[in-house]
Amino acid sequence: MPQTLNGDPGLYDFSPYRDRPRIIWPNGKTVAVWVAPNLEYYEIDPPANPHRKSWTKPHPDVVGYGHRDHSNRVSHWRMADAMSRHGFPGSVSLSVALCQHHPEVVADANARGWEFFSHGIYNTRYSYGMDEAQERQIIEDSIRTVKDATGQTIRGWLAPALTHTSRTLDLIAEYGLDYTCDLYHDDQVQAVKTATGDLASIPYSLEVNDHYGFFVYNMSPREYADALIRQYERLAVEGEKSGTVMCIPLHAYLIGQPHRIAAFEGVLEHIAADGRAWITRAGEIVDAWRAQQTGAAA
Amino acid sequence: MTLDAACLEYPNRRQGYDHDLYAWSNLHERKPVVWPTGKGVAVWVCIDLEWFPITPEDQPFRAPGHMQTAYPDYRHYTSREYGTRVGFYRLLDALAKANVVASVAVNGAVAERYPQVIADIVAAGHEIIAHSTDMNGTIATGLPEADERALIQHSLDALEKASGQRPRGWLSIARSQSWNTVRLLKEAGLDYSCDWVNDELPWRFNNGLINLPLNHELSDRQIVTVQQHSAESYAQQMTDAYDWLSREAKQSGGGRLLPLNVTPYILGLPYRIEAFERLIADLAARPDAWFARGDQIIEAWSASEG
Repeated sequence: MPQTLNGDPGLYDFSPYRDRPRIIWPNGKTVAVWVAPNLEYYEIDPPANPHRKSWTKPHPDVVGYGHRDHSNRVSHWRMADAMSRHGFPGSVSLSVALCQHHPEVVADANARGWEFFSHGIYNTRYSYGMDEAQERQIIEDSIRTVKDATGQTIRGWLAPALTHTSRTLDLIAEYGLDYTCDLYHDDQVQAVKTATGDLASIPYSLEVNDHYGFFVYNMSPREYADALIRQYERLAVEGEKSGTVMCIPLHAYLIGQPHRIAAFEGVLEHIAADGRAWITRAGEIVDAWRAQQTGAAA
Repeated sequence: MTLDAACLEYPNRRQGYDHDLYAWSNLHERKPVVWPTGKGVAVWVCIDLEWFPITPEDQPFRAPGHMQTAYPDYRHYTSREYGTRVGFYRLLDALAKANVVASVAVNGAVAERYPQVIADIVAAGHEIIAHSTDMNGTIATGLPEADERALIQHSLDALEKASGQRPRGWLSIARSQSWNTVRLLKEAGLDYSCDWVNDELPWRFNNGLINLPLNHELSDRQIVTVQQHSAESYAQQMTDAYDWLSREAKQSGGGRLLPLNVTPYILGLPYRIEAFERLIADLAARPDAWFARGDQIIEAWSASEG
C-alpha cells in the first residue's frame, strides 16, 4: 500500500532522465509508438457522484451526449480506417459497458487486432468515494465483460474519467493487470510500487491527448498534427540512447471530425514512413520493457 | 468511505442506447443517401440570427453570447445588434455573390422587432428555421412543460406572421433540450430539429421527428470564439472538412453533409468576412457541391430513406 508521506503518494522512486540503463526496442527501433483510442460510453442520465458532476447542463445534456455519440455512429470507423491504412493497431481505453450498448464498435476494434484495457464501466461513473469492495466490483466487472465480449484478458487500466482512489493501483496489480496509464511522470516505462504484484506505468499522455490539443491548448487540426510530429521527432532522437515511448491518446468524436482527420492521417503517414518507430500495442511495450528488468519489481 | 449503491447499479446497461429517443445506426453501413443530380456533398449554411434582451435571464441557463457585465451591458447588447444590422447583411451579400441558398435560424423576437430583415431573407430565397423566442428563451429540463410548449408556439407564430410561412425546422438555443422537447416539437407540427450533433446525416427520432445535425464543432462560435482561431484558419478547416467528405462520398457512393453554422456578430466583422466570402465562393465552384437549405436536405434525404 503506497504511503502518503509528506505529500508524496509513494508511487515510485525518483529517477532522473540521465544515465539510465539502456532500454532496447526490437529491430533497432528507438521509439515505441502506441495509439490509444478511447472507446467510451457516456450515460445520458447517470446517478450523481457527490465528488464530480457528469454533465454541465441538466440531463439530457444534448450537445455533450451527442458529441460522444458521434464516435459510435460515425467517427470510430473514420479514425480506425485511417489507423489501419498506415499499420497502427489500437490499444483501446474501453468503457466496458460499450460491450453491451454498441457491441458492433467493440467487435470492429477486436477484428482489427486491437488490444483492450479498462477505462471503467462508463465514463460517467467515477471512482471517487468508492470503498474497497466497490472498487473490486468494477475491476472484476471489467475483466469479465471484456473477456466475454472479445476473448481478451485485459492487462491495463486507465481510471474511468481519470478518477482514482489511493488503493486503485494496488488492486489492479493484485488482479494481475500489468500496466497503468494513469501516471504521467516519464517518457519511458517505469516500475510502480504496489502492495503485491508487478505493475508498470506506461507513458500515456495528457499533453498530446487530442482533448488537450483541441480544448486545453485550442490547437487547430493542423497545429495539433504538427505538435504530434514534433513530439515524435524528439522522442525518436532521444530513444537512440534508451528506448522511449510515445502514446497518441484519441477520442474518435474529436480526431474523427471531418476537419481534423486528414491532418491526423498525415501524422500516421509520417511516423509509419520514418523507420525509427516500433508501432505496436501497449502490452508488447510493457513486455519488452519487463524482459529487460533485473529482479521482480526493478 | 462508501459510495451510494446507485453509483454501481446499471439499470440501462443493455444493447442499444440508455434512452428511447432514437435508435443506433452506423453511418457507414446505411443505405447511401442520394443528393439531387448526384452531388457528393450537401453544403448547408445555417446562420443564427438572434436578439439578446439587455436584461438576461438565467432560467434555465444564460445563453452563449449573452450579456456579461452589470446592467446595463451596452457593450454586448450593441455588439450583438451589430451582427443583425451589419454583419448579417455582409453574410447575405456573400451568399448572393456566390448564388447559393441557406437557412437562417431566427429568434421570434427578430421577426417582431425587425420585419425588414425577415423580408430580405425571404426575398433572397433562404429558409427560416425557428430559433426560440429571444436569447432568454433557453430550454432545459426543469422548464415547465407548459412554458416550453408556449415558447415553441410563440416562436413559430412570430416567424410565420412576418414571413408568411410556418417554419419546418427548429434550432434550440445552445442546442439545449429538455426531456420533453422532441415530443413537443413533433406536437407543434415541426418536421425537423437541428440540436443533436451525434451524426453527419439526417436521422429520425422514434417519434418520427427528423434530426438534421448542425455540427457544433464546425461552427464559427466553436472555432473562432471558443478556440480563438482566425477566420482564415476557420476557412481552412472547413475546406479540409469538405475535401474529406467529398472523398468519402466518392468512395462510399453515398452523399455527405457539411454544415456551416455561422454567426453574424462573429464572421460578419470587416476583418473576417473576406475569409467567409472566399470559402463560400471556393465551395460553390466545386463540381460535387450542392448548396442547399435545411428543408431541401431533409426532403432529399427522406426521398432516398425508404
